[in-house]
Amino acid sequence: MIHPIPAGTRDVLPDEMRELRALGERLRATFEQAGYGEVWTPMVEYEQVLRTGDERAADAAYRMFDDQGRVLALRSDMTIPIARVVATRLSDAEGPLRLCYSAHSYRVVGQRTGQQREFLQSGIELIGVPGEDGEVEVVTLALSALEAAGLARHRVGVGDGSLYRRLLTALEVPGDRHRELLECLTRRDMVGLELRVDALGLARDARDLLVGLPELRGGPEVLERAGDGPAGEALERLRTLYAALEARGVADRVILDLGLVRDLGYYTGAIFEIYDPAVGFALGGGGRYDDLIGRFGAERPACGIALDVQRVHVAQAAEEGQR
Amino acid sequence: MSATGLTIAVPRGALMGGTLDLLDGLGVDTAEVRSNDRKLLFEDAGIVTMRPSDVPTYVEHGAADIGVTGKDVLIEAPGRDVYELLDLGFGRCEMVVAARGGSEPLERALRRLGRLRIATKYPRIATEHFGRTGRQIEIVAVKGSVELAPLTGMVDGIVDLTATGKTLAENGLEVVEEIVTCTARLIANPVAHKLKAPEIDALVERLRGSSS
Repeated sequence: MIHPIPAGTRDVLPDEMRELRALGERLRATFEQAGYGEVWTPMVEYEQVLRTGDERAADAAYRMFDDQGRVLALRSDMTIPIARVVATRLSDAEGPLRLCYSAHSYRVVGQRTGQQREFLQSGIELIGVPGEDGEVEVVTLALSALEAAGLARHRVGVGDGSLYRRLLTALEVPGDRHRELLECLTRRDMVGLELRVDALGLARDARDLLVGLPELRGGPEVLERAGDGPAGEALERLRTLYAALEARGVADRVILDLGLVRDLGYYTGAIFEIYDPAVGFALGGGGRYDDLIGRFGAERPACGIALDVQRVHVAQAAEEGQR
Repeated sequence: MSATGLTIAVPRGALMGGTLDLLDGLGVDTAEVRSNDRKLLFEDAGIVTMRPSDVPTYVEHGAADIGVTGKDVLIEAPGRDVYELLDLGFGRCEMVVAARGGSEPLERALRRLGRLRIATKYPRIATEHFGRTGRQIEIVAVKGSVELAPLTGMVDGIVDLTATGKTLAENGLEVVEEIVTCTARLIANPVAHKLKAPEIDALVERLRGSSS
C-alpha cells in the first residue's frame, strides 16, 4: 500500500538525521559563539502579520482558518516573524540585537522539479547595526559557519537590491516601464531585458548601461568597469562594503554582482547569495532590510542571512567526496 | 576539460546541427557527437545531449552549466530558474494556430458551440493565446503528430510550431494565426553564471560576435 506525503516534503531516517543534526549544531554553535542567541517563533502566523512585512506576504503559500475565521499562513521565511518579535517583545532592548534560528519554512514549488516545499533554514539576523559594519558581520559569520560545516569552495555574491531601480530613475526611464524591466531581471531573462531596453529609444550610453550593468560580476574590477555614473550612490556603498570585507580577509570569497536580485520586497540595500560549485542552486541568501522592523512599529536598521540546511548538507557530502 | 571550460547541454533534433556548428566555431571538437547518435555524454568535449525540453531541467539543476533550447520550450515551462542569455537566431520557427479550411470553421465552431477544441503539445501557450484573445477553448493534449487531430475531426484546430509550413500544407491545414516567433536561446545555470563568470562571458562575447 502507498500512503503518499505531499510533494516536496520528506521523512528523515536516523542515518541522515544524525548528519543533519550534527550540521545544524555546527552552524548554530558558530552563531552562538559570535553572540547570536537562538529564537523560536510559531510556524503559523496571522496572514496579516506577514502582509505587514511584505505586501505579497513573502509568497506564503499555505493558508488556513482558525476557529474565529481568521486567516493563518505557514511562514515562508523567518525574517518577518523575527521582525515582529523585535518590534514587540524586544522593543525596549538597548544596543544591537543578535538573533539566530534553525527552523522550517514553507513555499510553493513546481511539480516534479525536485525542490523542497518544506525546508529547514539556519540563519542570523543582526538588528541595530547600520551600514557596512552590520553587513560585514553577517557575511563573515555565514562564511565561517559554512567553513565550520566543512565546506571549502563556497562563495558569497554581493549586490545591491536598489541598484537597478535607482538606475532606471536616474536615467529617466518612464515610471510605467520600471516594473517590466525589473521583472525581466528577476526572471533572469537577459534577452527580454535587452529587447525592452532597446524599445525605450534611449541614448547609446544609457542603453548600454541598462543592458550591460546587470551582467557585471566578479572581483573588484567590476566596480571599476561600472565607473560612477547614474548608479553612483549604490556603487559607492558596494565599494565601501567590499573594502570592509577585504579588511576582514574574506575578499577571495566575494563575488561582486551588479545584476543580483532577490525577489523579496523588503530588502533596502546590500543583498547576498551563497554558492557552492557542488550545488546547482544557491545555498542561501539575505540582505539589508532597514524598513522592515519599522513596519511593525519600531524603526531599526537590520540585516541577515539564511542558509538552506539540506542544500548545505549536499555541498558538505560533495566536499567530503573530494578529499 | 573541454575547450570552453563548461558543460554544455546540446538539444537533439532540429536545433542540434545549428548548435554543433556554433560549438565548432568556439573550438569545441564535435566530431564524435556528430558521428555517434546513441551516446549521450561526451566528456572530452564537455557536451551532454538530450531532447530540447529537458535542457532547462539539466541546466536548472546544474548538471550542465549552459545549454541551448528553443524559446518555445522556455515559454511552455516557465518558472525554471535559469538565465536566458542570448537569442542565437537560428532554428527560427513560428508558433501558429492552424486549421482545415482556414479561419471560417473556427469562427463557426466558436459561434455555434461556444468554444474551440484545440490539439497541441503546448497547452500553456495555447491557453494563454486564446485567453488573451477572449476565446474559450478545450485543450486536447497529444504527444505525436498534432496535424492528425483535426483531420480525424477530433478537434477544430491545432497550436503547433512550424518552420516552413510544409507539413501543415501536406495535411491540408492552413495557418490562421501567428502567436510568437521562436528561435534557439542560450541559457545558463544561475550558480555557474556566478562561479564560472569568465568562461560564460567569454563564450557569450564570441557568440555575439559571430551572430552579428
